[in-house]
Amino acid sequence: MKFGVLRFPGSCDEVDALYAARRVGDAELIWHGERDLKGAQAIIVPGGFSYGDYLRAGAIARFSPAMESVIAFAEDGGLVLGICNGFQVLCEAHLLPGALLGNANRRFTFRQVELEVVNADTPFTRACAGGEPLSIPAKHAWGRYYAEDRTLRAMSEAGQVVLRYAGSQNFNGSLDDIAGVCNEAGNVFGLMPHPEHAVDGLTGSTDGLKIFESMRLAIEGVSA
Amino acid sequence: MPEAPRAVPAPSLKDALALGLTRAEYELVCEKQGREPNRVELAMYSLMWSEHCAYKHSKKLLRTLPTEGPHVVMGPGENAGAVDVGGGLACAFKVESHNHPSAVEPFQGAATGVGGILRDIFAIGARPIAVLDSLRFGEPLSNATGGARARYLLDGAVSGIGHYGNSIGVPTVGGEVYFEDPYQQNCLVNAMALGLAPREQLVRSAAAGEGNLVVLFGASTGRDGIGGASVLASAELGGADADGGAEVDRRPTVQVGDPFEEKKLLECSLELLHRGLLVSLQDLGAAGLTSSASEMASKGAVGIDIDVAKVPLREPGMEPFEVMVSESQERMLCVVEPANLDAVMELCEKWEVGGAAIGTVTGSRRLRVLDRGGLVGDMPVTALVDDCPLYELRPAKPSKAVYPPPPATLAPDATPRQTLLALLASPNLASRRPLFEQYDAIVQSRTVRRPEQADAAVLAIDPAASAGTASAEGIAGEPVPALAVSIDGNGRRVAADPYRGTVAAVLECASNLACVGAEPLGTTNNLNFGNPEKAHIAWQLTESVRGLGDACRALSAPIVGGNVSLYNEGAAGPIYPTPVIGMVGRVPDARRVAQMGFARAGASVALVGPFAPSLAASELAKLRGEPLADGLAEIDLDAVREAQLAVREAVRAGALQSAHDIAEGGLAVALAECCLAGNLGAEVALAEPFRQTTSPAATERSSTRPLPPAATVLFGEGPGGFVVSGSEEALCRLGERTAVRRLGLVGGEALCILAGGDSQTGPLLEVNLAELRNAHGALAGLFP
Repeated sequence: MKFGVLRFPGSCDEVDALYAARRVGDAELIWHGERDLKGAQAIIVPGGFSYGDYLRAGAIARFSPAMESVIAFAEDGGLVLGICNGFQVLCEAHLLPGALLGNANRRFTFRQVELEVVNADTPFTRACAGGEPLSIPAKHAWGRYYAEDRTLRAMSEAGQVVLRYAGSQNFNGSLDDIAGVCNEAGNVFGLMPHPEHAVDGLTGSTDGLKIFESMRLAIEGVSA
Repeated sequence: MPEAPRAVPAPSLKDALALGLTRAEYELVCEKQGREPNRVELAMYSLMWSEHCAYKHSKKLLRTLPTEGPHVVMGPGENAGAVDVGGGLACAFKVESHNHPSAVEPFQGAATGVGGILRDIFAIGARPIAVLDSLRFGEPLSNATGGARARYLLDGAVSGIGHYGNSIGVPTVGGEVYFEDPYQQNCLVNAMALGLAPREQLVRSAAAGEGNLVVLFGASTGRDGIGGASVLASAELGGADADGGAEVDRRPTVQVGDPFEEKKLLECSLELLHRGLLVSLQDLGAAGLTSSASEMASKGAVGIDIDVAKVPLREPGMEPFEVMVSESQERMLCVVEPANLDAVMELCEKWEVGGAAIGTVTGSRRLRVLDRGGLVGDMPVTALVDDCPLYELRPAKPSKAVYPPPPATLAPDATPRQTLLALLASPNLASRRPLFEQYDAIVQSRTVRRPEQADAAVLAIDPAASAGTASAEGIAGEPVPALAVSIDGNGRRVAADPYRGTVAAVLECASNLACVGAEPLGTTNNLNFGNPEKAHIAWQLTESVRGLGDACRALSAPIVGGNVSLYNEGAAGPIYPTPVIGMVGRVPDARRVAQMGFARAGASVALVGPFAPSLAASELAKLRGEPLADGLAEIDLDAVREAQLAVREAVRAGALQSAHDIAEGGLAVALAECCLAGNLGAEVALAEPFRQTTSPAATERSSTRPLPPAATVLFGEGPGGFVVSGSEEALCRLGERTAVRRLGLVGGEALCILAGGDSQTGPLLEVNLAELRNAHGALAGLFP
């Protein structure tokens, strides 16, 4: 299978995502100014600061030519993974519900966090067991997940809350400890922690690999 | 005699003095010009002849440093130095200071410090892979007004470093910070960066090729940072009061950083070089276009004509001299063959980076400034770059103490237990987690050891190479070559003894590298000192550089680049003399790198190396409020180097479960740090180890030597000591190479230190992990 990884001028973790994706399949970078998704079967919107994010994280990136194609791709049911800044971009593009606000501690914070897999029945988590703890690093200044009560309830009932910060790990103040959510159709997923930085025991944990492996399984039609 | 170009108001000697030149220097400028300089020329001379650009008080000393070695690819003089790291790759690295800007405006000062050092790295064609920082402030936990200033500067500098590094996608992997009263007014912010490039792709900055174009690309040019190098960086800080009265006036000399602009500039520069479109490349830093253009011309033995009217400006109505000296950030200057100009501009457009051909390379060996074609400045390149007078220092050892004793914060009759907790909670030793958690340490997927996991940061050279080679279960596949890097410089010890304190700082870096199995390849340094025109500062500087040279020679870790920051003093006096040392080493296989923390209960703990603890200028002496010691104990460089070699080899062989260098707070603090990092206790005994070593000769010597007092054994400092853990067999083998003193075993929930095996008086101290952790977390309150 083939992943496409978007590259904005201010992307920082796009090469990391590329390497991580290549551990389970093929992967190629897609320049923000291009509309051609190069035949990718899954898209990763990576971490970083897309266009500098001096306005609001992801607010400009959603209008980029590549994102126009990604929005159409997602509406057709294509798999889209947004990591950190990518999650912010997907929320700004209304592919995902809710918004990401400034951290409760008002600081950029880098920490290895433990996550709980709330819904293991998504194309992004099917290689995980329900309730399984994942150790994955998070690093951001704007990661406090927010949505209205009504939306939160509906999301929870529909299984759209995919990952939560475990125990006392929620440093950014996200509502209901939410770390990652998917859309109603289940084909678009965003999370603040960085699974692409948890794919190798040498540089940390390997739990993030399960997210990429899940996507491969979903595309190749093999059940876990 | 050449005519003075175009009529502009002629400046006077008074203007020259206001710009920081001396009367004699002004006269020399007139002589070099063959007439009085005009306003543009005077502005340019005043910057190029400033301490910051001309190193006029340090150049002669720097020439004594070792700069050559088998691994050196690029030595001092280029934007950054570089060493060969194998596999056809070179590692470029350098440390630079941004002290005075940070003292005036800590967020932007620190942010642009990071931006500046990153540009130095990609200016030679290397992709930046890591940032480290070295910071000094006043006492942050003090209730006096100085405490508030220290907290403000600390918070601003840490935020600024994070803002820039995090946004540009370069990990901040390490660093160090000390808090001492002498830095209260004049904080230090030094930033170090590393980059990687194929050896043959490194570029130099020498301009070449008459008729080639000079292209400025990146951000537009504004009025920010005018006079930064001369007015701000090359003079003492004014007598700022607690609310920084005088500093407010200097804020306009501080530049403002834009990491997004630099991210684009970085990618654009590397793509331009990769496509072979550039003849040479140089970043714009202190003194802006003036220094970049004149240095490129000087290195290439050519001339350059620049038309200021072609420079894209941020605001209208800028004077030619302002364009030439502006320190606006995120700009690069390159030389391009005319045939490649269109391709260069196309790439600039792709990265949304502004670019303009602003001049040409000439054969005149003059730097000529034009405004819409009219000549407004004309100077010989050598006069600007090479002819600034160099000054002899007049060093004299001070006859009385330069620094007042620190206030006592620990009672003289404190128990060993109270002392250990006080040391762990002291700002110089407390956990740096609240600081480094504000930095992205893992972007680029190279970071094998994160901050506080090991004594040095470890970065895999090829981030993709490690796939599937290491897991919790074991090691498989091919070795993963890596770099290790450490930065250090305890100013208090240098203040006590500039020569030995500096030797110790270099050794400390090398010991940090040894703990992760790395051999030193090269060294960079930032010499932060007070006003060199004063005899006692000149003495500190001279002695310190002598120590730096001797230590780097002994370790075969030559100096490949660095920076000097002088005039770091305010009304309250000079800073501690602070040579900040950065050292880069090579790790053959990152999968075998040791960690700092104890890893396995039941493992043997040993003290390794020729460690001879002393309380002189130690952290404990500071807490007790003792006056600064006059001199440190002699250092056996060869013995320390042998111990480092033995530890390095043992780590590389995978024989040790943990390795940690003994630094501030001595053996007891090192043991506590190993316990905290590994979340495991230990039970150790001290009397026997200090009577006996495994080497028979040493045993003979020490049997006649009295046991040092408990406080010295527990908390004394000095180079050459390591705390390691591993199997009994591994320690035996290590003992064949260097002194190994058995201490005890890893295990339990507490650090328990006994006086000796036969002691019936109970432990010297016993502290459980939770208490240790609580004390060690003393800085958490500063970052709510």
